[in-house]
Amino acid sequence: MFLSLTNRTPDATDLGHLLHKHPARCHEVDLAFGKGVVFYPKATAEECTAVLTVEVDPVGLVRSEGARNGGWALGQYVNDRPYAASSFLSVAISRAFGTALNGRCTKRPELVDRPMDLEVKLPVVQAPEGMLEKLFQPLGYQVASRRLPLEPAFPAWGESRYHELTLRATVPLHLLLKHLFVLIPALDRDKHYWVGREEIDKLLAKGEGWLSAHPEREWIVRRYLKYQKRLTREALERLAPEPDEEDEEVESTGTEPEVEKKISLHEIRLDLVAECIAACHPQSVIDLGCGEGKLVSRLLRQTKIPVIHGMDVSSRALEIADERLEKIPAARREGRVKLFTGSLIYRDSRLRGHDVAALVEVIEHLDPDRLESLEEVVFAAAAPGKVFVTTPNREYNVLFEGMKPGALRHGDHRFEWTRAEFREWASRVAADHGYTVGFEPLGEEHAEHGAPSQMAVFERV
Amino acid sequence: MTLRLPDLSLVLLIGPSGSGKSTFARKHFKPTEVVSSDVCRGMVSDDENDQTVTPRAFDLVYFILRQRLALGRFTVVDATNLNPEDRARLVAIAREFHVLPAALVFKIDESICHERNARRADRDFGPQVLKRQFGQLRRGVKHLKKEGFRHVAWFRSPEEVDAVEGIVREPLWNNRTGESGPFDIIGDVHGCYEELRTLIAQLGYTVADHVVAHPAGRRLVFVGDLVDRGPDSPNVLRLAMASVKAGSAICVPGNHDAKFLRWLNGKKVQPTHGLAETIAQLEADPLDRRDLAEFLDGLVSHYVFDGGKLVVAHAGLKEEMQGRGSGKVREFCLYGDTTGERDEYGLPERLDWARDYRGKALVVYGHTPFAEPRWLNHTVNIDTGCCFGGGLTALRYPELETVTVPALRTYSEPVRLLLSDTAADAQLEHDRLLDLDDLLGKRQIHTSLRPSVTVREENVLAAVEVMSRFAVDPRWLIYLPPTMSPCGTSAQEGWLERPEEAFDYFRQQGVNAVVCEEKHMGSRAVAVVCRDPAVAVTRFGLRQERRGVIYTRTGRPFFSDSATEAALLDRLAAALEKAGLWDELATDWLCLDAELMPWSVKARDLLQTQYAAVAAAGSAHAAAVGSVLECALQAGHLEAEARALLEPMLGRASSRSTMLERYRSAYRHYCWDVVGIDDLKLAPFHFVAGEGGSFLHRDHPWHMDMAARLQGADPVLFPATRWREVDLGNADSVAEAIAWWEEMTAAGGEGMVVKPREFIARGPRGIVQPAVKCRGREYLRIIYGPEYDAPENLVRLKQRGLGHKRSMAEREFVLGVEALDRFTARRPLREVHECVLAVLAMESEPVDPRL
Repeated sequence: MFLSLTNRTPDATDLGHLLHKHPARCHEVDLAFGKGVVFYPKATAEECTAVLTVEVDPVGLVRSEGARNGGWALGQYVNDRPYAASSFLSVAISRAFGTALNGRCTKRPELVDRPMDLEVKLPVVQAPEGMLEKLFQPLGYQVASRRLPLEPAFPAWGESRYHELTLRATVPLHLLLKHLFVLIPALDRDKHYWVGREEIDKLLAKGEGWLSAHPEREWIVRRYLKYQKRLTREALERLAPEPDEEDEEVESTGTEPEVEKKISLHEIRLDLVAECIAACHPQSVIDLGCGEGKLVSRLLRQTKIPVIHGMDVSSRALEIADERLEKIPAARREGRVKLFTGSLIYRDSRLRGHDVAALVEVIEHLDPDRLESLEEVVFAAAAPGKVFVTTPNREYNVLFEGMKPGALRHGDHRFEWTRAEFREWASRVAADHGYTVGFEPLGEEHAEHGAPSQMAVFERV
Repeated sequence: MTLRLPDLSLVLLIGPSGSGKSTFARKHFKPTEVVSSDVCRGMVSDDENDQTVTPRAFDLVYFILRQRLALGRFTVVDATNLNPEDRARLVAIAREFHVLPAALVFKIDESICHERNARRADRDFGPQVLKRQFGQLRRGVKHLKKEGFRHVAWFRSPEEVDAVEGIVREPLWNNRTGESGPFDIIGDVHGCYEELRTLIAQLGYTVADHVVAHPAGRRLVFVGDLVDRGPDSPNVLRLAMASVKAGSAICVPGNHDAKFLRWLNGKKVQPTHGLAETIAQLEADPLDRRDLAEFLDGLVSHYVFDGGKLVVAHAGLKEEMQGRGSGKVREFCLYGDTTGERDEYGLPERLDWARDYRGKALVVYGHTPFAEPRWLNHTVNIDTGCCFGGGLTALRYPELETVTVPALRTYSEPVRLLLSDTAADAQLEHDRLLDLDDLLGKRQIHTSLRPSVTVREENVLAAVEVMSRFAVDPRWLIYLPPTMSPCGTSAQEGWLERPEEAFDYFRQQGVNAVVCEEKHMGSRAVAVVCRDPAVAVTRFGLRQERRGVIYTRTGRPFFSDSATEAALLDRLAAALEKAGLWDELATDWLCLDAELMPWSVKARDLLQTQYAAVAAAGSAHAAAVGSVLECALQAGHLEAEARALLEPMLGRASSRSTMLERYRSAYRHYCWDVVGIDDLKLAPFHFVAGEGGSFLHRDHPWHMDMAARLQGADPVLFPATRWREVDLGNADSVAEAIAWWEEMTAAGGEGMVVKPREFIARGPRGIVQPAVKCRGREYLRIIYGPEYDAPENLVRLKQRGLGHKRSMAEREFVLGVEALDRFTARRPLREVHECVLAVLAMESEPVDPRL
């Protein structure tokens, strides 16, 4: 990793005082993940450049505690970590330039808050499109960036996600370092260490005076805290206290399409399905593909249905579902609910004997040629009295902001159907297995494109 | 005196305290065969005489009994057993497991019992207890036969007890496990005498005086229903009776035979379902009624042959009833599993017990006519409805071939049509959907190469998830290739892997004949290809015709675009045609294990996000570092000490640039743009299996020869694979192979795979690794990072353990071989899938992915 800092303020070598590093010398810093070196390729009164390079030990990285504890990004020998600016660089900045970062300079205290004409060069920074400008311009930087080519031999592979970045501004050095300290890890995708509550303190300390007013502060906080919702919310509250009504504490395995979140489609869908299920007063319900247990938890809280089972193929999702259900008072759930790992492409005696089965946004996660098995498992082998099946309405996709034409809402969706396609499938399944079927829109209907999601209600004849 | 008891019985010792039951049990039974209520009292309470824990103690007694009887173990209950209700519970347990209840009653003089109890310090219960017990004994044991005990023995004095010298365990009549055939098992004859004679003549039997004989000593086994419906029941009976008597035939009864017997015995029966014809035929062609009745009455419900591998019963038999004796067993054998309801034709509604059959024994049966012999889950129904104009079928055992002669005419109109079931194959129809109940939980998989492979429950669950979400249809998934271990770490400086260590490994395993095959660098691809797309339906049981499938080593579809897959498979099938391999290998489908190139076709995403990205980031970084270092060293402001530190840094930066460039050219070597199918290369290295069986028993030169023939047929799609045989005992041969590897890898090749010449080789400690890879120096940059061979990195990378990887490779190999053997033996799909799922489950074990 590499960072260069150039001061073009007259008496440019003052930079050495501020960084607490003599321009004629070479300074070594031991780091847990390698070695940092600070030196000055140029040190004149007009222009003084300090460089911080970090030689990351690539083998040590893979064999480190962090990598063994599941940090997949570190578990690879073929890894950009030695090269790309990341949280490693923030750590190196705080270790090599600690005093400057914290705004101390015992010999020349008057320099600390003096704005200087500074230029930063980072040769390899990953950044989403346009984000460099959005992050640094509001802080007063001139931003010059250039995308690095990915593979000259194969232009068809597109561009790389890395940029060469040059920033220039007249700011006090400590502030510039703080900006880098926070924004570099936010730009990078992976943090090399576990993010805990103490990270919030670090973030708020380094962000003091600028972060709360930054237009992208939510983005920054979320990325800095590795998308941990609880921590993010806490940090944002401390930055700018405001009431927050959402009670969503459980981490997500991410099966819910991002594009749908804006209209809370999943919540609407689940509410409606829960309502429909409750309205048929079943003795037992099974949620096939219950995921994180959102429907099961609604049914437990909102109905008196005596038996509510949830099945999902992902053990991880069920762990989260278990956590969610733990929050429901024991008296409301004990003896009523059971969650288990299973599959919709294998026959399973545990799926039998229910009045109602729900498949909420499940079928589109199966390859089309596997649906035949799902049909057999659900409609022939398990054969519940009623089956509620929901799936996205592809026609509606044009109305989602930022969705590319032809794209699907979620990376794991194997298909998305138009209303006509869904009807055709559902009607055929109903006829094959002795059910009648009716359809309902889910979510607000658009005159031309229909509702965002669609539901088929099967009833055994 | 010796006492005779059925080998499979639950024996109750009945008698008051002190009557000598336990002493008797100690003398005549194995300690483990005796379940004592006193011992169970002790187990639950530390006090064998604590009467207050009796209910708990008996719960334990019942639990142990159930476990033993489920396993079919002879078991003795040592308790007073004086209360009829207590005995009724034990009889019920015996019946639950279709085991015969037996009773040994100790009716010893009260004073003797009293005296014995008085002598024992731990029996301090009062005289009233014994008095009560004797009261029960007098009143309650009169009707033991009625209570269901077939065998009862009485001891009225200590002398009578002592007179028993031994107990003879008599095998049940159905137990003929010592007889392994060969047999010819004949389906429901129903009076079709002419067809029977034709069939047995075809099978090589002669008949003299109604007695059949076979020159090779084969015997007939009739699955019952000799009579009714057909034209000549008397002669069928004559032949069966005489041959059974002579020992050249064996017969189990059918429901028609049982009904006929009731008629013979003067019971009132409806002369329906063909009985009237039998009666009329007997009037015209009389047989001795007593002989007939004796013969039919003596027929045993079913037989277990050949060490438990073969069961014959008229209507089939569930696993838990095989070799057992009870009224229920007999009823099942005669009538099968019925609901008690009648179907639309007014016939008893039969449940298809074979669908749920999971036993190991092959059950051969009849009773329900089908158009063809119906194989399903290790059962075969050979009733092909001769009397209804179908045919009479024999199953040759152990050959498992069926022979059918057509009916000469239709003798009886079937109430319902012969059940044609599905497109001929009940097993394929049944296997359209697998049952999770058969697959979940901790698995012990028994294989031909290794007694058992254990798979952990959570790994099975993980595999089910992968299978459900990502894999191709299980019906195509007949094989997953094993992982491959690298060779041992090289002792030579500057090298991580070299051929010497691969050769050392095989030498240590006592394998001197090896092959070295060029390792193509692409993505692993398993192709199942059909000569005709209809084979997908007829052999693999899919609904729609399809040329085949190409999947990855974890069972996922190789191509997201089915048109490319289809085009590639068409080319493959055409090349196999041109090379004449379909006919030569006598198969209409093949499974091939291959490498599909270029790497970039499957790994494009990985290349973009990881491999090329690292090169892009690395070179930009190296350039930046290099330029500032040069700048610093040219400027005059640095102290000497600083310069001394920076100079080596510049050296490192430039060598890093070189390594990054070499890294980049390493992966570029395996990438090219794919515009059309001609840009793809498929290099098969194992012809895994075809209809005749798995080819994993053939040596590698054969496989390489097959690959070369394919290459000859379509050199554009199939690149040549360079390979050579190496004699590890010959220094020149080894040196040549090493030079060959060096040359190949220096030119950008991935490396080579060293395999024992024989596909499956055994060493001193079991199966030898089926293959060990030896990767080239440049290629390893893709695996261990661009800078892996810097001395400070290499020294650490050399510390790697191969044990787990090798053990995984061995287990996965064994499972793969087993999966193919099972598939080609047409075993139920769940048994194939069990192995495939297990390979996938192994892959969820944490092991260094770079090995």
